[in-house]
Amino acid sequence: MPELMNPHRRQLSLAGLSALAATTLLLVGCGKKEVPAAPAAATAPASAPAAKPEPLKAAWVYVGPVGDAGWTYAHDQGRKAVEAEFGDKIKTTFVEKVPEGADAERVIRDLAAQGNKIIFATSFGFMEPMLKVAAEFPDVKFEHATGYKTAPNMRVYDARFYHDAYVSGILAGGMTKTNTIGFVGSFPIPEVLRNINAFTLGAQSVNPKVKTKVVWINTWFDPPKEGDAAQSLINGGADVLLQNTDSTAVLQAAEKNGKFAFGWDSDMSAIAPKAHLASNMVYWGPYYKKAVKEVMDGTWKGDTRTIWGKPEGANDVIKINEAVPEAIRKKAEEAAAAIKAGTRDPFDGPIVDSTGKERLAKDAKPDQAFKDKVDFYVKGVEGKIPAGK
Amino acid sequence: MNEFALLIAATLLAGTPLALAGLGLLINERAGVLNLGAEGMMLVAAVAGFAVALSTGSDLLAFAAGAAAGALLAAVFGLLVIWLNTNQYATGLALSLFGYGFSAFVGVGVVGKKLADRTAFEVPGLAQLPWLGDALFKQHPMVYATMAIAVGMAAFFYKSRTGLVLRAVGESPESAHALGYPVRRVRFLAVLAGGALCGVAGAFLSVVYAPLWVEGLTAGRGWIALALTTFATWRPIRLLLGAYLFGGVTMLQFQLQGMGVEVPSQWLAMLPYIATIVVLALISRNAAFIRINMPASLGKPFHPSH
Amino acid sequence: MLRLEARPAPSQRMALLSPLIAIAVTALLAAVLFAALGKDPVRGLAVFFFEPLNGLRATSEVLLKATPLIVIALGLAVCYRANVWNIGAEGQYLLGAVAGGGMALWLTANGIVLPKVLSLTLVLLCGVLGGMFWASIVALLRDRFNASEILVSLMLVYVAQQVVNYLVFGPWKDPGGFNFPQTRTFDASTWLPPLIERTRLHIGFLLALLAAGLTWLFMFRSYRGFALQVGGLAPAAARYAGFSSRGALWLALGVSGGMAGLAGAMEAAGPLRQLTPHISTGLGFTAIIVVFVGRLHPLGIVAAGVLLSMMLIGGELAQSRLGLPNALSSVFQGLLLVVLLASDTLIHYRVRGARKVVAG
Repeated sequence: MPELMNPHRRQLSLAGLSALAATTLLLVGCGKKEVPAAPAAATAPASAPAAKPEPLKAAWVYVGPVGDAGWTYAHDQGRKAVEAEFGDKIKTTFVEKVPEGADAERVIRDLAAQGNKIIFATSFGFMEPMLKVAAEFPDVKFEHATGYKTAPNMRVYDARFYHDAYVSGILAGGMTKTNTIGFVGSFPIPEVLRNINAFTLGAQSVNPKVKTKVVWINTWFDPPKEGDAAQSLINGGADVLLQNTDSTAVLQAAEKNGKFAFGWDSDMSAIAPKAHLASNMVYWGPYYKKAVKEVMDGTWKGDTRTIWGKPEGANDVIKINEAVPEAIRKKAEEAAAAIKAGTRDPFDGPIVDSTGKERLAKDAKPDQAFKDKVDFYVKGVEGKIPAGK
Repeated sequence: MNEFALLIAATLLAGTPLALAGLGLLINERAGVLNLGAEGMMLVAAVAGFAVALSTGSDLLAFAAGAAAGALLAAVFGLLVIWLNTNQYATGLALSLFGYGFSAFVGVGVVGKKLADRTAFEVPGLAQLPWLGDALFKQHPMVYATMAIAVGMAAFFYKSRTGLVLRAVGESPESAHALGYPVRRVRFLAVLAGGALCGVAGAFLSVVYAPLWVEGLTAGRGWIALALTTFATWRPIRLLLGAYLFGGVTMLQFQLQGMGVEVPSQWLAMLPYIATIVVLALISRNAAFIRINMPASLGKPFHPSH
Repeated sequence: MLRLEARPAPSQRMALLSPLIAIAVTALLAAVLFAALGKDPVRGLAVFFFEPLNGLRATSEVLLKATPLIVIALGLAVCYRANVWNIGAEGQYLLGAVAGGGMALWLTANGIVLPKVLSLTLVLLCGVLGGMFWASIVALLRDRFNASEILVSLMLVYVAQQVVNYLVFGPWKDPGGFNFPQTRTFDASTWLPPLIERTRLHIGFLLALLAAGLTWLFMFRSYRGFALQVGGLAPAAARYAGFSSRGALWLALGVSGGMAGLAGAMEAAGPLRQLTPHISTGLGFTAIIVVFVGRLHPLGIVAAGVLLSMMLIGGELAQSRLGLPNALSSVFQGLLLVVLLASDTLIHYRVRGARKVVAG
């Protein structure tokens, strides 16, 4: 870079000066005391009546943008539900697009240091960072979604997306004309594998000949890729698609091709009225409200793992398309009701995996450990799990 | 068999934004300017085009908005690089970064919005042909327009006087200057035109291909378009074909997965990039061949000495 | 009407002032932007430039984030001065993390607990080798096939990301981890020791400063470094003097790849202590800005690394304190670079009022 070269001796002193300037800035900053975060809301007048209790500060850490119409959007709706419920007794904050990894620790720690008394981290990759921060802030409550490590002041929560996927599977099995359904997958983690399997099992319960094709795009959110993947599934013969990714691209691809698909994590019925069979919803509001109430009442307990599904109102399949024949709709609603009542589980035996091995005997009921360890495809799903065993 | 036809159709569609951006960069590079800011220009144009399409419902206006946005950003780049002689690589990179952040920032308001339904496009008559109809004749008009642009550009470069002047400026700006051609103005116009094309590429992505806006929509396509210009040894028709090749490989990875091929998806995801490297290496290995085809002054600043 | 008139010689004064002018102008534009968004501009600037340094903990975070930026940028400076345009430092960083992390995993899995000095040396050395390996692909393709290093190094970034994905989802997945994509946590003997107690700042920062010193020595006091720079400035003269451009290519890419790999290993053994799909956060690209703002000089790079780290963290804080969107941080970074490049022209040109040009 010719034009940036200078005789090195002069440059040394010049660069040295700029380094000196930066160091000065650093030292000045080090000594500064914290400026109050917000202009002091009230210096209470001396004769104030019984002071209003300080609102509880709660914070959410998101991995994606709140506008993704998917995962993060759903969490943010939950946060808004908390605001609506508790009004001025609560003050919420959120930080979006926090990368999972070293940066997350800093963000979580900063939120804790800012006086938030309960912090929700909404992605698996926040688990380790949150654990580290929880150790330093014993009187702040930490809630982690989709993980498994806990502490006295940290607990885990999750939803049962596979409840929805199963019901969607019934609709798919009933609507498919090619007996091939498709799934756009993000990453081969247990949750996604459960959804693929539940989708397939649901479809097979009304149409035993159904086969499922899976395409992995190795990202949660990349609309053009999601659209491409959907197109390739359609090209391969699938006429009903489900996704575990966060945008509306799959649904839009289905609409363009005259096939069917589902909404995921939010109500996408308006996006593609003809292609939309139903939307798989997750409602985090009820859980968030419960958690915040427990903090307010002092009954919050850590070291637990709470998973809510249809029975608790955390998952539901809504806006079933008018075009679905009555018989199929009834089957779907029956299954949903049974799952809600706890009498049926998508993973009720018999479960045979795609290599033919029996994983769960007939009439056996799956326990949580079984569902946690889903690292296989059920029979009827084509292909192999990437980098799987 | 029909599956193959659909793959071809998908390839044409996927290759179009790459081709448009690549052709835009081609004009730049033929004039001797290396613009690493393609990604930034495409993103800003994508959000501009999407916003316009949202409010007017017109594809044409959206493409125009995209072209304008791309040209605007390119103008800033051109000013810096041609008149202030800043380093082309650094300025282009800065543009990419700025474009990424700016588009994300400005686009916050249109994330998650949906465009009006569009009619399916078909070439009347030809679309009914068995197999060929599905493969080639059911595309958006812009796909065909892109092919026309590539042909037109080739004609411009090799058959028109203005094209000759542009190439001369790219080969030897000093000689062109000595002959009295306004080198800096020619370069600036080339940069503007290139920016406009990159802009159309971006708008195409957000209005036709996806169609939606989200931060970082282009996902590296601007960089791939840069690779295409070298691939194609700076010839428009070859660039078009290279774009389709690349688009095809990108679609192929999903196709293979769908067919149950037992290669981990992560390896398949590497395919397009490895393919780019391999073809690049093969094309470049004859240094003389590259030297003959590459605009000689590419990347070098021009100082008119008074 | 203003005119630009070439200076007889580049102005030393402007070379120093230019980055400061750029920062000032960027801050000004930022303030305008804040005001336009309805936020208090002074508070906005404070959040971006002062909040990140507020207190010991906060400052340690700034230095922690600056460490990999500085290390990568030092390597890139050597590379760019040799006119080799390695844009793929991100990929070399990832491979360094994979190699260093792989070594740490191997030690952990086999229960080998070595004295920290030894285990760290192994891990970091592997990181350096991993990064060098990835960069050597670029060098090979440019050496044998004349392929542009810009494009090859960039394409390899995408490939590197998939390599990480594959390893973390497959062979290196933690068997006790419920099938989630992450490796085991490394044994404590492989963790970088902290520099300041109760902060995350580790000795990597000292290593970065050491590296800056060594880079300075290499660039300005060593024969090879001199040859490298001459090769970048005036290739014909270099050839005439017998400096091998081929040697320069391999050296430049080897150094920058190795440094980026070192940074990757430091991140894996420092704050992360495992490998996940999320070790890539664009540091390799931000480092490119650090190189330019630091004028390709080791001391400048240290300062610029700290500055950009502040801006990145400031962007995070702006979200939680001011409710500003995350994208603002990239806007400011890009703006800073653009403004810097523009103000750099003042090094070579003077601004003058227009003079009538007399015909003749």
